[in-house]
Amino acid sequence: MDLEILVENVLNAVTAGITIGCIYGLMCIGLGLIFGIMRIVNFAQGELLMLGMFASFYLVSEGRVLSFLGPYWGPFIGAMCAAPLLFTGGALLHKFLISRVSGLRTVGSLDEGHFGQLVVTLGISLILQNGGQILFGSTPVAVRTPLSSEAFLIGPVYHGATVFLNKAKLVAFFVAVLAAVVLYVTLEYTRLGKALRAAADNPTAATYMGIDVDRAYRIAFGLGCGITAVAGGLMATYISFTPFVGFDYVIIMYSGVVLGGMGSIFGAFWGGVTVGFVQQFSALILPPQLQNAAIFVVFLMIVLLRPQGLFGRSAERA
Amino acid sequence: MKQGAGPHLRRNLTGLAVVSVVYLAVAMFVTNSYYQLILTLVPVWALFGVSWNILSGYGGQLSFGHASFFGIGAYTVTLSVIYWGLSPWLGIPLGMIIGGLAAIAIGFPTFRLRGHYFALSMLAYPLAILYVMQYLGFQEVSMPMHRENGLRFMEFNEPRIYTLIAILLLVGGVVVSLIIENSRFGLALLAIRQNELAAEAAGINARLWKMRSLVVSGMMGAVAGGFYARVLLVVTPDSVFGMLVSAQAVVVTLFGGVASVWGPVIGAAILVPLAETLQAELGTYLPGIQGVVYGIAIIAIMLLSPDGLFWTVRDRWFRREAPQPIPDVEPDAMPLPAFKRRVSTGAAGPLLQVESLSRAFGGLRAVSEVSFSVTEGEILGIIGPNGAGKTTLFNVLNGVLTADEGSARLDGQPMLGKKTFEVCRMGVGRTFQVVRSFPRLPVLDNVIVGAYGAGLSDREAIAQAARALHQVGLHDRSGVAAGQLTNKQLRLMELARALAGNPRLLLLDETLAGLGREECDDVLDVLARVRAQGMTICIIEHTMHAMMRLADRFVVLDHGRVLATGLPRTVVEDTSVIEAYLGKKWLARRNA
Repeated sequence: MDLEILVENVLNAVTAGITIGCIYGLMCIGLGLIFGIMRIVNFAQGELLMLGMFASFYLVSEGRVLSFLGPYWGPFIGAMCAAPLLFTGGALLHKFLISRVSGLRTVGSLDEGHFGQLVVTLGISLILQNGGQILFGSTPVAVRTPLSSEAFLIGPVYHGATVFLNKAKLVAFFVAVLAAVVLYVTLEYTRLGKALRAAADNPTAATYMGIDVDRAYRIAFGLGCGITAVAGGLMATYISFTPFVGFDYVIIMYSGVVLGGMGSIFGAFWGGVTVGFVQQFSALILPPQLQNAAIFVVFLMIVLLRPQGLFGRSAERA
Repeated sequence: MKQGAGPHLRRNLTGLAVVSVVYLAVAMFVTNSYYQLILTLVPVWALFGVSWNILSGYGGQLSFGHASFFGIGAYTVTLSVIYWGLSPWLGIPLGMIIGGLAAIAIGFPTFRLRGHYFALSMLAYPLAILYVMQYLGFQEVSMPMHRENGLRFMEFNEPRIYTLIAILLLVGGVVVSLIIENSRFGLALLAIRQNELAAEAAGINARLWKMRSLVVSGMMGAVAGGFYARVLLVVTPDSVFGMLVSAQAVVVTLFGGVASVWGPVIGAAILVPLAETLQAELGTYLPGIQGVVYGIAIIAIMLLSPDGLFWTVRDRWFRREAPQPIPDVEPDAMPLPAFKRRVSTGAAGPLLQVESLSRAFGGLRAVSEVSFSVTEGEILGIIGPNGAGKTTLFNVLNGVLTADEGSARLDGQPMLGKKTFEVCRMGVGRTFQVVRSFPRLPVLDNVIVGAYGAGLSDREAIAQAARALHQVGLHDRSGVAAGQLTNKQLRLMELARALAGNPRLLLLDETLAGLGREECDDVLDVLARVRAQGMTICIIEHTMHAMMRLADRFVVLDHGRVLATGLPRTVVEDTSVIEAYLGKKWLARRNA
């Protein structure tokens, strides 16, 4: 009997880990572009996720632009529509604020401008969070879809053990994987993608090669924002959220990106999947209130235990 | 205390006294209880900013998680009243102790990280504690009232007494901060902030100083939090461990002026009333206005004057009086610092003995089985084409990199496996290929860092630094910020910093790089003088004519291996050396 429950819990943790993990993976790709590749420390990435959630929420709620799509298709299309909105927002943010503390302006400065980036994005994060409270209120909301309370049942696989697949999470999972694949192909194989990666890797050299680095940065930053926002829109179908939701996820994102290895889109995705897995398995042993605390502990372990080379430690030339 | 600290301290303390008295006098006339609360909160947040400033301002270790300490103080005070009936007069010191212990527990793992990783990791602590507090059921804890025993429980009907206590706490914090600013503690932190590797190479134990600053900072943060809890009477995880708390410390300090004791005070005095008033007036319609104000303030200050108000105002309207030059006495007339004379232990062996030293980066053998020795009083030139492993060799010798194999002994004592600052304290001075100065510190302070690194007392350190500056001929520039020096002067200053630690061996990495012919000759003269005083030198250099003049012996490296050793004349005639430098073709043509 006990074994049966254990098997059921583990199997459900595995499936939830895969579905949620892939959505986290998508979210991490967004930060992976900004932090992993462009090396901009964006503290406000969690708030972009939050904006993605609210964008989707306001697009598809009753009586809004996209409400005609209905509760089945609407939320997921709404999530995808968050991308162009946040892409534009992100590009503007970069143009007016981020570009002043990153990129060509900070090449060769002692800390590559990280101090300025941390401080400015902290400011952006404060404004978005608290401004969000003004605009959206602080009552938790959710994007309603009947799918979030429906599940496919698989099994019983082992005596009575059954696997529950939440339909909302499952659809979100497919959308996330699709978005990740499209993005990966775009960045790896198109001219735009190559220019972006070149500009991010070595802005000075890219300038000499005739790439408009500022523009490339703006696009890459916008993309990073848009992608994280899609992930936010997808999450909005199965969690409820407030304007303060960002902090719980900004740590998850950094964990994923660092874990997956800096500078790799693919890595960021797998990092996110791994963190999703860890979170779901921690749910097996930890009370729910401590799950978020567990994520922070995981983050600390990841940054502390990774080999030094990746972290700017001792990497400086004497 | 540092050079010139006396008058500086006196001026600041007078200022502090005047400001506090005026502030209290104004506070006495305020009767509106809401404004009284604001008047109490300004010094509390200023104190918290001062605490953050010690770690993140002076030390440059950006922390986004100072709420850890604030919250620990707040919960310690509140819970100790509830469970033990402990008076806040004792609860606050208790919180201070726990805050200090938490700082050690947090710093121990986290100081392995640098830069933004440090900042992000620090963020994780208060948020993790926040969830644990919620889990433990401390969602909302209120301070029990003790009407009958008000004084004992820091409970006053007269709110202005809280303002008084807050000011006294702030004064305490500012004094601690001033003392740090004007001592070797502050100098070490500033040096670490501006160039950690250079500080280590000058004998500063960066890890230890950072830890000390975190502990002081954590204790002070806990005091601010503990008193805050006493004033507000209700503690929730979000209100003391939340992000806005950490952000407030960052914002008031950066806004007011980073790495100045007045910064957080100015920042808090402007932003706290502004945010609180807006919150009170508009909070019903615009519930997050406080955070928005802080966000805008910090972005604006970062883009417009990144050092904060204090520095901008000071630089624009109060040109600093010219710093006093150091006492212009003949170096010989100055008291010789009481160094523990490093007595030679090995009888007649070489000073530095390197044996089959290797270091690889992945598959690249940057230094491969290198052996050589340096005798006392000698100048050894290390030459070789680019990428020959010269700088890596130095980095391994002074502990910046670890060696894979081999040994290096200074006068019989093993050098490898020690930290950079320990190698420096053994008597190995080092300069860098790209000058590593502390650009915003005056030249004298730059050099004093080296003397402090050798463990000298304040007086001795100043004398020793002055002596070193005389030795290199920079004594007339001692008051200038290092950032304003020419390349040659920077090279000499770095040399003086190394000399101030009274080394037995100098490792000089391309000291002549980027210098013109005449400048080059000047530096060579200085080196010759230093050597005449009995210094032993290992120098990496490209300029052959300079090396021929200076060095007694050459070691030639190529692809990480020792190609040749010997007298300059013989080495430059060596065919393998010529081949390495100029290529086979050249050699063939010469021999034809």
